[in-house]
Amino acid sequence: MPYPQELQELIKTVEQTRSERVERKRKGIEVGALSLKERDKRLKSYHPDFKDDSRREIRVGPSKGYAISPEIVDTLESGSRLNPDDIDLNDISYETDLLIIGGGGAGGSAALVAAGAGAKVIIATKLRLGDANTMMAEGGIQAASKLKSDSPYWHYLDVIGGGHFTNDPDLVRTLVREAPSTLAWLEGLGTMFSKEPDGTLKTMHGGGTSRKRMHYAGDITGAEIMRTLRDEIHNHPDRIDILEFCPAVELILDSGGRCAGAVLYNLDTHEYIVVRAKAVILATGGSGRLHIRGYMTTNHYGATGDGLVMAYRAGVPVVFLHSVQYHPTGIIFPEQAEGLLITEKFRGAGAHIVNVDGDQFVYEREPRDVEAASIIRECSDDVGKEVPTPSGKCGVWLDSPMLEFLHGPGYVKKEFPGKYILFKRYGIDISKEPMLIYPTLHYQNGGIEFKSDASTVLEGLYTAGEVAGGVHGENRLMGNSLLDVTVFGRIAGHSATEYAMNKDMPEGLSLDHVVRYHKELKKARIDTGMHSPVILPDYTNPDVKEKQVVIAP
Amino acid sequence: MASQTVPVEVKSETKSEEKLIPINVMDRRYMVPENLTIMKALEYAGYQLTRGCGCRGGICGACGTVYRMPDSHRIEVALACQTIVKEEMFLSQIPFFPRNKAIYDLYEIEPEQSTLSEFYPEIFKCIGCGTCTRSCPQDIEVMDYVAYAIRGEIQKVAELSFDCVMCGLCIARCPAEEAQPLVAILARRIYGKHIAPKAKHLSDRVTQIENGHFDKSLEDLMKFDAEKLKELYVKREKESELPDPDWEPEDKSHL
Ligand SMILES: Cc1cc2nc3c(=O)[nH]c(=O)nc-3n(C[C@H](O)[C@H](O)[C@H](O)COP(=O)(O)OP(=O)(O)OC[C@H]3O[C@@H](n4cnc5c(N)ncnc54)[C@H](O)[C@@H]3O)c2cc1C
Ligand code: SF4
Ligand code: SF4
Ligand code: FES
Repeated sequence: MPYPQELQELIKTVEQTRSERVERKRKGIEVGALSLKERDKRLKSYHPDFKDDSRREIRVGPSKGYAISPEIVDTLESGSRLNPDDIDLNDISYETDLLIIGGGGAGGSAALVAAGAGAKVIIATKLRLGDANTMMAEGGIQAASKLKSDSPYWHYLDVIGGGHFTNDPDLVRTLVREAPSTLAWLEGLGTMFSKEPDGTLKTMHGGGTSRKRMHYAGDITGAEIMRTLRDEIHNHPDRIDILEFCPAVELILDSGGRCAGAVLYNLDTHEYIVVRAKAVILATGGSGRLHIRGYMTTNHYGATGDGLVMAYRAGVPVVFLHSVQYHPTGIIFPEQAEGLLITEKFRGAGAHIVNVDGDQFVYEREPRDVEAASIIRECSDDVGKEVPTPSGKCGVWLDSPMLEFLHGPGYVKKEFPGKYILFKRYGIDISKEPMLIYPTLHYQNGGIEFKSDASTVLEGLYTAGEVAGGVHGENRLMGNSLLDVTVFGRIAGHSATEYAMNKDMPEGLSLDHVVRYHKELKKARIDTGMHSPVILPDYTNPDVKEKQVVIAP
Repeated sequence: MASQTVPVEVKSETKSEEKLIPINVMDRRYMVPENLTIMKALEYAGYQLTRGCGCRGGICGACGTVYRMPDSHRIEVALACQTIVKEEMFLSQIPFFPRNKAIYDLYEIEPEQSTLSEFYPEIFKCIGCGTCTRSCPQDIEVMDYVAYAIRGEIQKVAELSFDCVMCGLCIARCPAEEAQPLVAILARRIYGKHIAPKAKHLSDRVTQIENGHFDKSLEDLMKFDAEKLKELYVKREKESELPDPDWEPEDKSHL
């Protein structure tokens, strides 16, 4: 739906301040970035992570006592979907060198590297291969590829500063050091990165970058990477088997306590499937669909944090889950598109964020958490400069038309065709009208603990991507996640293959760790009334839900 | 408006005062709120989707849907996650349509006029009916890229098909039994690998790294405590935001 009359009136205010704001941007005299101290204060006062009830201690398991989002705690404190006694682990359906759980960017990269190194691979994934957050990434992928202006050194500083200096240094080094070769690998697979006629990769800024280091493929960078990986995976049917609509629900350990496969669940036929593997790579991605604090999300349908639960039960600690990333610019109007992401590239290109008075109240390239907190502040009673939406919510403006003044007419449509068409469908022309935005749940900063060779404390279990934590510390910068999943996905593929090639098929498969976990829950008198992993969010209308019955056989 | 918590998807959209309209899901009639997308309407009606739902953001191509309005003979197409329900529409999702992908070694392929048709010889059977173009929810000129594929103009196919989400609706409706999106991705990959100019600065940088050029500076950074890192972080020079390909920092150390 187009902007109603009331909002059109408010847009006039934005238009009135625009030329002056453009002028100031050209001269470089606008609202500046906050100092580190001010950032800290802003976060503590307004970021959802710092709200009173935003964290709760986990009461069982390897990270007992660690306080994180209650929604994630609930999944960790729930019982398994399986009754271990009911599963016959001798009835093995598949055997393989390597089981990769999750068919997104991390799982896909791992599979190609592992198959290339000679391993026999199974990818088990929840929906289709590529139905994943990776597919949805629009903005770009960072790497210090420019010789005269950038290097891994500067990339490192940006990453660790963005993460509030909490990141694991070895993981950061690996990320920035392997970035250029990973980008070159993707180029070699035929990924169509946007380039100048001489082959120079086009780059731009992102929030928190000191150099233009964001490489992109139009405004569908993640989709271009994911469909390329998927196509290449399909080129190796002799080495890579794909089990779609088969989410993993529990890891399997062997008699020596090593990871030895997983129990999958076929969503079409509702049967359990046992896979025995010499090594497992967990690449299940993030958890936006747990709707932390009731927030809308940018994430794909299957992002329910399953990997955290499975690994945790098997003894792997979780780290950095106390911070959750809210993307500053989610669509808040029109409601049909609610929660969807407006890529940071708009701000990278210079678009201001302005309040109901048309004033720029925050530098548009603060790190994401600071930017989000600033928007929430502007809409709070303390400031009260929000723009009200027809359905009683509120947001602020992202002044996309400003880019037409900064970069020339036609820029918005040319650089952001996806978003241009999306809004056009609702009768809004974002090259002429600003967008109404509010922070949206976006990225799971933390995850299971792992090392720079992608190994975990559980022998035989490797991990990569959004499910793993430490690379980005408490806050990830845009473009470093596509990078993370491909860099560490490849490393996981390599390390797990090396490990598996020297091993025999594991023996003595068991789910005893699940039994033990259940006992621990019982001892702590915890009963959430739920089972986990969650697998899919339930959006069924509650009235219908109430009446849904299971007919006895 | 203190600390706004935005309600999650469905809850926000099933307010009781909303007007309900009838839609027909595979010929079964349901009353759903008029402002929902087809996907959310299915869920409102009580479906727990497994197939036919992926990204919920218009990019994965899982949710291809065909529908007809009672007063028209036309078959319309939509992505269920992107399209608002229409009163009395008759719809069916087509979450999957069979297609046979050719297997190739991209490293060995030489981009020639006949390359695409070698792997997908059926492209010559295209009768130019334009049904694919009319069936594309992404408004891609599908027939045109098939025509370019027949002529062997790989770059053109790559560019025209760039926004393809591989939903398969064009495959489902093609009288000549083509698999258009598979031809398209082959073209895009050949273009990306063999035709587009190489990023020389990238391979130069990879060589520098392999030669250990940055090992020392990275090791130093790893040793610094947070205070020292903060100091360096705050002092970083910021590259200009406006387009300036020749920008260079004053501080040329660590490059
Ligand atoms: C809208 C959006 C825009 C983004 N933009 C950018 C950007 O511009 N730049 C950037 O760097 N990053 C961006 N990100 C972040 C980035 O895309 C993700 O963090 C990253 O792609 C995650 O990759 P992954 O492989 O770890 O997880 P995913 O790509 O999500 O893949 C995980 C896979 O595991 C599957 N899975 C889940 N549970 C199970 C289970 N139990 N069993 C089996 N399979 C399972 C999922 O279905 C999925 O296929 C964006 C994210 C979103 C949502
Ligand atoms: S070209 Fe075909 S597969 Fe691609 S988006 Fe259009 S209809 Fe879907
Ligand atoms: S639908 Fe098939 S036959 Fe018709 S134009 Fe498209 S590719 Fe050709
Ligand atoms: S669910 Fe991905 S395109 Fe609709």
